[in-house]
Amino acid sequence: MTDEILDDEHSGAAARIDWGLWKRLLAYSKRYPRTLGIFVTAAIVVGAADTGIPLVTRGAIDAVTAAPPEIDTFELLWPYALAYAGVSLALAGGVFTFIRCAGILRPRIARDIRRDAYANLQRLSLRFYDRRPSGWLVARMTSDCERLSNILAWGVLDVVWGATVMSGIATAMLFLEWRLALAVLVFVPLLAWISLWFQRRILQSSRAVRGVNSRITAAYAEDLAGVATTMGFAREREQHADFAQLTERMAQHSIANALQAAVYLPVVLTIGSLALALALGLGGQHVAVGALSLGTLIAFMTYARQFFEPVQQVAARFAELLMAQAAAERILGLIDEVPEIGDSDEVRAILAAGEGRARPAGFAADGLPDRIGQIRFEHVSFHYDAGEPVLADFNLTVEPGQTIALVGETGGGKSTIAGLLCRFYEPTAGEILFDGVDYRQRGLAWLRSKLAIVLQTPHLFSGSVLDNVRYGRLDATEEDVRAALRLVGAQTFVDKLEKGLDTRVGEGGARLSTGQKQLISFARALVAEPEILILDEATSSVDTQTERAVQRALETVLHGRTSFVIAHRLSTVRSADRILVIGAGRILEQGNHQELLALRGRYHELYTGQSLVADGERKAAWEAVR
Amino acid sequence: MTSLASESTAAGRFARHRTLLELTRGQRLRYGGAMLALWAGGLLTLGVPLVLVEPINRLAAGDVVPPRVLWLHGTAAVLITAGAGLLTYLRGRWAAQASERLVEGLRNRLHRKLHELPMSWHDRAETGDVVQRCTSDVETLRVFLAQQVVEIGHAALLLLTAAPILFLLDSTLAVTSIVVIPVILVFAVSFFGRIQKRFTEVDEAEGELTTAIQENLTGVRVVRAFGREEFELERFDACNDLFRARTERLLRLFAIYWSLSDVLCMTQMGLVLLHGVARVHAGLLTVGDLFAFIAFVGIFLWPVRHMGRVLADTGKALVSISRLEAVLDQPVEQDPELDQTLPATVRGELAFEDVTFAFDESTRAVDGISLTVPAGSSLALVGPPGSGKSTLVRLLGRFDDPDRGRITLDGIDLARLPRSWVRRQVGLAAQEPFLYSRTIAANLTYARRDAGADELERVARDAALHASIERFEKGYETLVGERGVTLSGGQRQRLSLARALLADRPILVLDDTLSAVDTRTEAEILAALERRRGRATTVVISHRLSSVVAADQIAVLDGGRVVQRGRHEELIGLDGPYQRLWQIQTALEDELDDDLQRTAGAEIAQGTPEGSVKP
Repeated sequence: MTDEILDDEHSGAAARIDWGLWKRLLAYSKRYPRTLGIFVTAAIVVGAADTGIPLVTRGAIDAVTAAPPEIDTFELLWPYALAYAGVSLALAGGVFTFIRCAGILRPRIARDIRRDAYANLQRLSLRFYDRRPSGWLVARMTSDCERLSNILAWGVLDVVWGATVMSGIATAMLFLEWRLALAVLVFVPLLAWISLWFQRRILQSSRAVRGVNSRITAAYAEDLAGVATTMGFAREREQHADFAQLTERMAQHSIANALQAAVYLPVVLTIGSLALALALGLGGQHVAVGALSLGTLIAFMTYARQFFEPVQQVAARFAELLMAQAAAERILGLIDEVPEIGDSDEVRAILAAGEGRARPAGFAADGLPDRIGQIRFEHVSFHYDAGEPVLADFNLTVEPGQTIALVGETGGGKSTIAGLLCRFYEPTAGEILFDGVDYRQRGLAWLRSKLAIVLQTPHLFSGSVLDNVRYGRLDATEEDVRAALRLVGAQTFVDKLEKGLDTRVGEGGARLSTGQKQLISFARALVAEPEILILDEATSSVDTQTERAVQRALETVLHGRTSFVIAHRLSTVRSADRILVIGAGRILEQGNHQELLALRGRYHELYTGQSLVADGERKAAWEAVR
Repeated sequence: MTSLASESTAAGRFARHRTLLELTRGQRLRYGGAMLALWAGGLLTLGVPLVLVEPINRLAAGDVVPPRVLWLHGTAAVLITAGAGLLTYLRGRWAAQASERLVEGLRNRLHRKLHELPMSWHDRAETGDVVQRCTSDVETLRVFLAQQVVEIGHAALLLLTAAPILFLLDSTLAVTSIVVIPVILVFAVSFFGRIQKRFTEVDEAEGELTTAIQENLTGVRVVRAFGREEFELERFDACNDLFRARTERLLRLFAIYWSLSDVLCMTQMGLVLLHGVARVHAGLLTVGDLFAFIAFVGIFLWPVRHMGRVLADTGKALVSISRLEAVLDQPVEQDPELDQTLPATVRGELAFEDVTFAFDESTRAVDGISLTVPAGSSLALVGPPGSGKSTLVRLLGRFDDPDRGRITLDGIDLARLPRSWVRRQVGLAAQEPFLYSRTIAANLTYARRDAGADELERVARDAALHASIERFEKGYETLVGERGVTLSGGQRQRLSLARALLADRPILVLDDTLSAVDTRTEAEILAALERRRGRATTVVISHRLSSVVAADQIAVLDGGRVVQRGRHEELIGLDGPYQRLWQIQTALEDELDDDLQRTAGAEIAQGTPEGSVKP
């Protein structure tokens, strides 16, 4: 399923237009009813003006051919000059108005769609994110939104304008000389069919171009990131050869795309000239016998060539709708996706009822005690999509203030326990209880305000160090931030940065080392003053000396706080109140450091492997220290 | 961006115009053909109204025009249109072929260039920015090459060649027909000149918005953990609305431009119509000629209005080319004249002689380091971050060259050997390794293409990775990265190690490769490496002393200098940083030892479990 969702480059045009889908998107423009009304009116005015100009020309020519030479030129021309000026001004005014309106509608529709999708993304559970690469989501939020709003705004314009021009021309011609009009209009279906045929093909091949193009971008990004590896293995030549294949395909696709476009326009213009020839051949005979005025003939010839433009525009929009349908489905899918995790209806009702009212001291917004006491996992099982269980019938009771260490092999389920505790995921069976209450009956915002997590791969935002630490508690003072940094031993390196706390860390913290990022995200967690602290390999990339400093700080930090520590390093684990050895989704052993060692089981096995030093050498080390 | 600093100088501008011209080298014939076709097509289009002049005039005069004549002229109009269409097609074909081939060459050139640039350049460059240049700027150039190169001068050329026809028909009306055109031209050019800044503003706002979204999505765990959804939404709203506001402002300018431009164009057409009708009335012009004039003006006006766009795109292309040149003109890694025959076999004896290197003026990353590593032996580098360990490794792979001193391999100065050859002697496993988003097998064979499945398995076993790989559904064919499985930090490191082992090169470098590997696995790997002892000269960097105790030689670095050197047994006996480091790391182990002894009673009852790794 995932592949289907993600494969946007190869999905072709939809077979037919799903109007329901587009109506929903079009509803976004109805948020601006006045602008939309003016917009449509302006498009009609412009279409009408476009139709009107050949009529003015016709009138002037007929007047001059019929007029006796003694009539004053001014006398003869002024009505037409006036009409022409009027039509011109209507045209220019209309053009200004509709571009202006489109300029208001298009960015706003894009903004609104994007905002709805973004707001929903903030609610969707991590399972949703697990299935979709972030780059894919970014593309939906940026290029798809732009593309759809473009289609909506300019599409409405082109269709309204096109329909007006086409019906205007048809009406004018039928009114002027209906038989000749029918003869000329015979070409319209042909023109429409050919236009649609070409437009679909052009859009399809441009999709192929886009597909290769995104692969080229990906190749640049990957090769650039791996340039040291490529150089290290001296594999430049193969890398170039792979890349050259991509650019060759790109050139072929692009040329094919350009050739289709290059054939299309001449074909359409030639069909237009066929209509013109027909108008001349048939109409000329009418003129010759006096059944048709010369001005009318000229108007017919002008119309014959003018007709192709709206047909072409409307066909292009129609083809675009078919091609963009997948994008429309994707973005509406994002907006519609129901969060798997969120406040239950009961909780929401309580929260709504309590809004604006003062709540009794010691109670949270959801009406239950604010502080967290005992935490219990009861028969908790968990598996990711259709996967094997990561956690199976897991039971654990944690008393307030306890430090629980989780150790064991990678993939054993340690991080899953942390994720469940944060309610990033919910148990697939069993329940997690805070003071006896299932946490699904409590407010999500309340839970998140109570805990802080430090991740192995720390994520920083592109602001300053200060901004990043403050993310933990938005109203933290600079002094609070400094204190937190000092506590984790990050003060020294932060002070050495060019602007200290105000140094910008770059996108994703790119200007800092992994260890430094870990320390800052650690400080961010501390500044939040959480009741529950979760450390998921929080200091794995920090060097030994700093690790020592952090170790000392931890004693202060963990004191009196319920905490969960996932770590490989023995030094981090051994002072925990309780150590759980996790493997294959179960607790294999538990107890404190002493007890577990005495057990001579997995724990013992894990940690006696830490030292590779022979006994004698270890003793020598002792002597040296003494 | 510094590369854009010189933009406004006249000389710089001229130079870039020349580069733009030089860019077309190799495809000039096609471009010439395309320009010719465009011009000829434009001229031919003028023929359509011209063939209609005669029948209209005869009809106006009240002649009895035989249908045959009407059909004949009608057919001529169709044929001329088709002929002009053929020329239009040829123009499109040649322009597309020329531009796409040029861009293909440019893309390949950039890709090659990126692999020739020195590592010091890559360190400073921001990946996002470079990718942007290689894609967006190339795209801007592509649009320019595909569409605008041919258009340059088209309007002028068409006007110049068509004007005589107009003057032949009626010189007075000819003047009227072109009188507003210069105004339209000036208006178009000045508008697109001014609007440039607005375009940049929109692009910037879009960039900020994309970054904001990107950061929010990649940091989703952090956002959720701190319950910052509202805060994020506010931050997003600001970016989102800024982009909206700037787009709206740009489009408002377009509304003004197109409507004013329409007024001017309509004025031009209106003047021709009214003046023409007046002249017809005065008997100075035939109706057919008037028809031709009106049609001509319609044909002229489009390229004239389009001129502003051509110039605007040219301006953008000039900016893009200067951004690309900032990459293309960077000096590449130079290999000196080869005065050294390449050694047929490499033993792997390394010597650092007074090696000094500084990334910038202020501090030396490596300061006078001298070390000798006999072939097949191992050297461990320890020291605090920034002490110069990784810099030494870079110098060893000739990603940089020492400012002073030299590094020799089997007695030959590396600086006298080709870089790619030097790099082929070194197998590197990194702390944060780069993996390609291909299969595990493909990532491994990157080191040696001809390696068989059994060899892959062997190195994976040595790197304690085989069991993990086997657990994946597709085993060695498992895709790594965004579209495949996400490997843990330790797994990535082990894969990198396996890759380096597969390369089987005279020198093996482990740059803190086991930092994310758990201690038990580390023990397995170290045991495997021990079995390979002597096979390659090994350089190990590690913060974990367990990884370095077995080394033949340990060098403790600090501030770019060697502060201590010796075997583990020697160093722990000396008062110094190594000893202190050792104490810190062993204190715990010894406490563990005590713990073990204290719990020894339980051991007797339980017995030693099988499969534990013995010290």
